[in-house]
Amino acid sequence: MSQPDLLENAESGTSLWQDAWHRLQKNKLAIISVVVLTFVVFATVAGPWIIAATAGYTYRDQDTALGASSPSLQHWFGTDTLGRDLLTRTLYGGRISLLVGLVATAVSMILGVTYGAIAGFAGGRTDQVMMRIVDVLYALPFTIFVIILMVLFGRNIYLLFLAIGAVEWLTMARIVRSQVISLREKEFIEATRVMGFRSSRIIFQHIIPNTLGPVIIYVTLTVPQVMLLEAFLSFLGLGVQPPMSSWGVLIEDGVRTMEEYPWMLIFPSLALSATLFALNFLGDGLRDALDPKAAKE
Amino acid sequence: MIRFILKRLATFVPVLLAIITITFFMVRIAPGGPFDEERKVPEETLRQLQKAYNLDAPLYRQYLDYLGGVVQGDLGPSFKKPSRTVTEWILMRLPVSLELGAYGLLVALCIGLPAGIIAASRPNTAQDYAPMSLAMAGICIPNFVLGPLLVLVFALWLGWMPVAGWDTPAEKVLPSLTLGAVYAAYIARLTRGGMLEVMGQDYIRTARAKGLSETAVVLKHGVRGGLLPVIAYLGPATAGLLTGSFVIEKIFQIPGLGREFVEAAFNRDYTMIMGTVLVYATLVLVLNLVADVLHAWLDPRVRMSIQ
Repeated sequence: MSQPDLLENAESGTSLWQDAWHRLQKNKLAIISVVVLTFVVFATVAGPWIIAATAGYTYRDQDTALGASSPSLQHWFGTDTLGRDLLTRTLYGGRISLLVGLVATAVSMILGVTYGAIAGFAGGRTDQVMMRIVDVLYALPFTIFVIILMVLFGRNIYLLFLAIGAVEWLTMARIVRSQVISLREKEFIEATRVMGFRSSRIIFQHIIPNTLGPVIIYVTLTVPQVMLLEAFLSFLGLGVQPPMSSWGVLIEDGVRTMEEYPWMLIFPSLALSATLFALNFLGDGLRDALDPKAAKE
Repeated sequence: MIRFILKRLATFVPVLLAIITITFFMVRIAPGGPFDEERKVPEETLRQLQKAYNLDAPLYRQYLDYLGGVVQGDLGPSFKKPSRTVTEWILMRLPVSLELGAYGLLVALCIGLPAGIIAASRPNTAQDYAPMSLAMAGICIPNFVLGPLLVLVFALWLGWMPVAGWDTPAEKVLPSLTLGAVYAAYIARLTRGGMLEVMGQDYIRTARAKGLSETAVVLKHGVRGGLLPVIAYLGPATAGLLTGSFVIEKIFQIPGLGREFVEAAFNRDYTMIMGTVLVYATLVLVLNLVADVLHAWLDPRVRMSIQ
């Protein structure tokens, strides 16, 4: 065997991620979910521009003479009571919903991973106190605090990111902590200590990257939860404010007029539910792929 | 066990104190007040209002006065609905929300448990996939979508059910179903997972070897162990049922505490906000404790770990 061949063979061992990718590819539901999500992201990002360029209206262009009209060739999802194109509004609302989902999840991830890693790495008394705090926070009716926050401090979208992120980080902290505790005793971490690295460097460069698998799984499952919470708040009138719009806002609009104009409820609901379906299936698929042991249960 | 319960009850005091404190100062720090009206209230009236509601005292004084009242069960006067005190409002609204929550839980258990057990008895067949797909649908269709859709179909189009209200039994069907659906879905998934794990254990094989019928094996031996994850989930679920009712009460126009809370938050009715938050927090703490005690009572391993 020549030298290059040897090298090629040496490289062909499968890593954890390649294994996971192979398993994921076999999961039809997960693959369909990836396709659906890609489509949703593409449609919500590019859709409003394409419609503006071809049909010439945006999410806020009113046509009061037209008013609410049922789905037609001109307006695929119909129009709302102000004559605004519902397809454009659904796509634009989806943009905001997805944005909130991603940003708030990122906030919760940063909080949860940092907190969990510090607690797990410190161990002992510090760990006990930190996790006890999480236990207590778990018992609190957080949704209620988010509602109060949103009402009192103005309903702006940045506060929404923070408030939702602050609710969802607890489980992440627990997951990361238990991972870190098992990693802490491993030889390679001992080696970094021997080499005299600072704790912060050990945590952020050597421990956290190794907790990535469970974190990714949980993040995928957090995004739909966050989107639900955003929609819930918007439905109560506390989330995204007009003229901005999100699926929750559109659904709330739809509920008010569902007797006369059911399409105003049905299309945004379908969009939200389909996205949540895809995210949940993808999360389940990733869990099965990255953690085959859990899949058997 | 008694010691465990007492210890937990003792932690309630600092937690509730923290909640009162956070809510009190959060509400006060926020810009705007309960008497910000569209048209300006005369200076003199404003001063009298503030005096009547103890708003002219220094903040720490107001805080201490409020705490003193809470200890005696007096949650103060409502700023926006002065016809009753906050305690009276809560006593009037809470039973409705509790009833709704209880029905929701009942729906969740009555649908979720059988669905999970049926799915687990024949894993990876149609009998498994059908209830589990429904469960996924239950998780992905939020209650504020499900509720209006149910109203649209069963009340407006078919005319089988009333659209809203909370007086007759018929009016309670759709709200209870809507509230319970998500939890039915989670419980079905948890039951299935728990049952599958238990049904692979040796003691189940022993039960089968004794010649018990499959029904007896599942219902007598399987369910006992298989339902433990569900019991552990009941604590968080009941908390969710309470906050879930905000939306349900809005959709079906039910005069419960959830609607009162959201309204109070919008109106900046300080005392009403604090009163409802306090009640919700207490409920969540108590229900979590009940779920934990139930869990310990059913699972000897948990009992050992808390003793």
